[in-house]
Amino acid sequence: MNTTQPILRRVCVGLIAAALGLSLAGCGTNTDPGSNEGTDTIKIGVNYEQSGAVATYGSDSVDGIMMAVDEVNAAGGINGKQVEIVKYDTKSDTAEATTLATKLMVQDKVVAILGPATSGSFMATIPVANQNKVPVVSGSATADKVTVSDSGVQEYAFRTCFNDSFQGTAMANYASKTLDAKSAIIIKDNSSDYAKGLAENFTATFTAHGGTIVGEEAYVAGDTDFNAILTRARGLEFDVVYLPGYYQEAGLIIKAARELGINQPILGPDGFDSPDLLNLGGADALNNVFFTNHYSSLDEDPKVIEFIAAFQAKYSKEPNAFNALGYDTANFVFDAVSRATEANGEAIKDALASTKNFPAVTGTLSVDENHNPIKAIVVIGLENGIQASSEKISS
Amino acid sequence: MEQVFQQVINGLSLGSIYALIALGYTMVYGIIKLINFAHGDVYMVGAFVGYFSMSTFKLGFVESLLIAMMICTMLGVLIERVAYRPLRNSSRIAVLITAIGVSLLLEYTMMYFVGAGVRSYPPLPGFLNGSFTVGGVVIKNMQLVIIGVSVTLMILLQFIVRKTKVGRAMRAVSQDAEAARLMGINVDNTISLTFALGSALAGAAGVLVGVYYNSINPLMGLMPGLKAFVAAVFGGIGLIPGALIGAYMVGLLETGVVATGYSMFRDGVVFAVLIIILIVKPTGLLGKNIKEKV
Amino acid sequence: MNTRFPSWLIKVVALLMTYLIVFALISAGAIDDYVLITMVTICINIILATSLNLITGFTGQFSLGHAGFMAIGAYTTALITMRFPSIWAFLGGVLLGAIIAAIVGFLIGLPTLRLRGDYLAIATLGMAEIIRVLLLNFEFTNGAAGLSGIPRNVDWTWLFVFTAGSVLLISNFLKSIPGRDLIAIREDEIAASSIGINAVRAKTLAFVVGAFFGGLAGGLYSAYFYFIKPDLFGFLKSIDILIIVVLGGLGSLSGSVIAAILLALISTWLQDFPEMRMIIYGLILVVIMVFRPQGLLGDRELSMDTFKRIVPRRRKGTS
Repeated sequence: MNTTQPILRRVCVGLIAAALGLSLAGCGTNTDPGSNEGTDTIKIGVNYEQSGAVATYGSDSVDGIMMAVDEVNAAGGINGKQVEIVKYDTKSDTAEATTLATKLMVQDKVVAILGPATSGSFMATIPVANQNKVPVVSGSATADKVTVSDSGVQEYAFRTCFNDSFQGTAMANYASKTLDAKSAIIIKDNSSDYAKGLAENFTATFTAHGGTIVGEEAYVAGDTDFNAILTRARGLEFDVVYLPGYYQEAGLIIKAARELGINQPILGPDGFDSPDLLNLGGADALNNVFFTNHYSSLDEDPKVIEFIAAFQAKYSKEPNAFNALGYDTANFVFDAVSRATEANGEAIKDALASTKNFPAVTGTLSVDENHNPIKAIVVIGLENGIQASSEKISS
Repeated sequence: MEQVFQQVINGLSLGSIYALIALGYTMVYGIIKLINFAHGDVYMVGAFVGYFSMSTFKLGFVESLLIAMMICTMLGVLIERVAYRPLRNSSRIAVLITAIGVSLLLEYTMMYFVGAGVRSYPPLPGFLNGSFTVGGVVIKNMQLVIIGVSVTLMILLQFIVRKTKVGRAMRAVSQDAEAARLMGINVDNTISLTFALGSALAGAAGVLVGVYYNSINPLMGLMPGLKAFVAAVFGGIGLIPGALIGAYMVGLLETGVVATGYSMFRDGVVFAVLIIILIVKPTGLLGKNIKEKV
Repeated sequence: MNTRFPSWLIKVVALLMTYLIVFALISAGAIDDYVLITMVTICINIILATSLNLITGFTGQFSLGHAGFMAIGAYTTALITMRFPSIWAFLGGVLLGAIIAAIVGFLIGLPTLRLRGDYLAIATLGMAEIIRVLLLNFEFTNGAAGLSGIPRNVDWTWLFVFTAGSVLLISNFLKSIPGRDLIAIREDEIAASSIGINAVRAKTLAFVVGAFFGGLAGGLYSAYFYFIKPDLFGFLKSIDILIIVVLGGLGSLSGSVIAAILLALISTWLQDFPEMRMIIYGLILVVIMVFRPQGLLGDRELSMDTFKRIVPRRRKGTS
């Protein structure tokens, strides 16, 4: 009499199997809460985008991080303990970022997590961090809301990069005051929260100084053909172009813009900081280009010179901003771990929050009450693709 | 007016890029009705082969192009042999998932070896790099090359499919593989040959795009692959002239949307127009409506 | 075989047992947050896959736009619960999101369902892309930056209620007369029309029901994962859902359930190989499809009978 066998029951079987399978998996794991106290290693999680749409940013950050880890372990670790890295790939998926942050905290028992690189993915891990009392630190989550939500400071979230309002405002000031620009056109990456944040802040400050935004054009990360946007831009009257976005597209846009005869100054954010900008744009195009950055290669600071040399030796390529920020973020956390009273999330959080004058490659930084870094910002000018001027400015 | 001409040139060169990829897509679709999602990734492999042959082995542009086409041909045939042939009698959706698997495999194997970052092609010989101005309209030599190559390839393919014995075999297989087999056509070889042709085209497209845009990365095949597929559907998938016309339509449409100041909505408008066209003419611009028989 | 227990009783008991066992394990701490989050992913994928299976597997309509419906549900729920953080707002939001998704499904389905096969696939893909582009440009969705700080309202109880409820409703729908019509259309649309089934109406109904549950899954997603942005609901998400459906077997609800669990376990296992993860995943897809092109279960269902067949019966049946 099985003819009436309903699908329903079959589904139930599936659900039961699922529940049992999972609960077995759950039983198998270590559930003792604790810290790395009493073990001989310090476990730190690395939770970055290593595949998917923004794999470049994640992988570059991880390169910088791994270099810092090798250095600290070769030098005998932190307070005599070796650093052990647990590394996961978020697939550029924010839900996966949440899942993996949970895994790192609950199962791997890390004391701090580095990453993810993008603001959205990073924000998706912050509630988990606050709940489990394990700090998360990003080197490139720039959105203003990352460390300060509507309900106040995110206790367990830190970053080593500028936020969007700082950088967008600084560039708008530079455009109005130093370059004496009255009108600007914005070409932004419409798929990136970074570009969106920068564009909004640039617009606010630039118009406050009496400038006008004569046009706003958009592209999508991964695009390679910008002729249509630029042809449209060419028909407008403006003094400067603001190009919030990353070097992958910026290099191509600058090249195509110069080919079409757009010779006005082009301004950008720290996303420009990569040797690939020159490779993609070509030396001829990279004149009259200015971007905000953390440090300049013109800087004679031995830290910077040493970092660039060591990075080249290890990866046989020049570092970009993600590499440098990844390296700094790792060292920033190591520094806090060494100063923390205990090797657990809460103590490390306190140590991170009290960081003063930490000597990072991307500029000496202190952490303010909103968990943002206080550090200098420079505007770098390019001539034939080479850094020709750098000017420290206040925002 | 000058602005309009410039945008038309932009649209045509963008369309040509889509056409280069769409031609291979449409050929494979025409013969086994497979949306070959891995096609965009074969194009990516072509771009990287060209890159390494030019930068590491210091070979010239033409040699690199040929090498990329050769390697992609082999890759295409291999993919068909290993991943698609065992599924010849399965549902088409199963083959589609296999194609997606192959696509992921190619993308991330490449990323594993070369990293996720972008790479730029080495500088080119001067005659490809130059540009000239006609009445205020800037035309790059590469744009002419790409438009020329895509039209030439379309004509060549059309000739192969319409006038040669191999082409007749392809058309026979695409209409009815069983009947073709009974007529003494080696169906497996014909399909392999189609993949070989399609993949060689993808390889050539990869190198041309690499040279033209000067930027390649392991995920570069994803969006253009999708757009090329849309273009092929636009024109009537499976039809070689349809792919070309569809590609130019998509290229001009995208450029037109941007030119009128709606760059934020570019991809949305393209898809909206596509849906409208499909509703009005369900088999694409050049497609014939086939009445289903009982 | 005997009929000592009515089948509905077995169902109810089995479901209750599942719920209670997991609930007890969570309370006892045997299921930690990580296992729970994996279960959430699985359950959301189950709803997505079974609802897409209704469209693609049972009705034979090739859809590549399921992520679009999910996006509508996710944004509706997020916007409502961020404004009114209460459990009622959450329930209302999820329901409203599902209803809006269903309405969009209706509006899209009506004209496009005349298309066949790949043309329909590309039209649904286009619809999802249009939704994504709109979300990127609307002011109230906060564009590319997405919505953050969405309250987490989903716990095991709600998750279980929604997942079991969705699967039960879909499976019951398939056994109803309109549901049977769908299978008839998949098998032979012309023959189905000739016996008086209104094919367009039936297909649209399948699309609407599928969209409803797609939107529901999206609502659960945003109410658990704190953060959403338009990119999450792109073309690749639709493909992910389709993979579950095909892997489990087109036309097999239990197949979708099993495939959702299996893929989550594979993905969990692959987390330990961050650099190789996607390569192995691609390879697994190809290998499974080459050796099992009809999916794990084909179009059959896993049932108590299957177990009865596998486990040899000790006693001869009482009659």
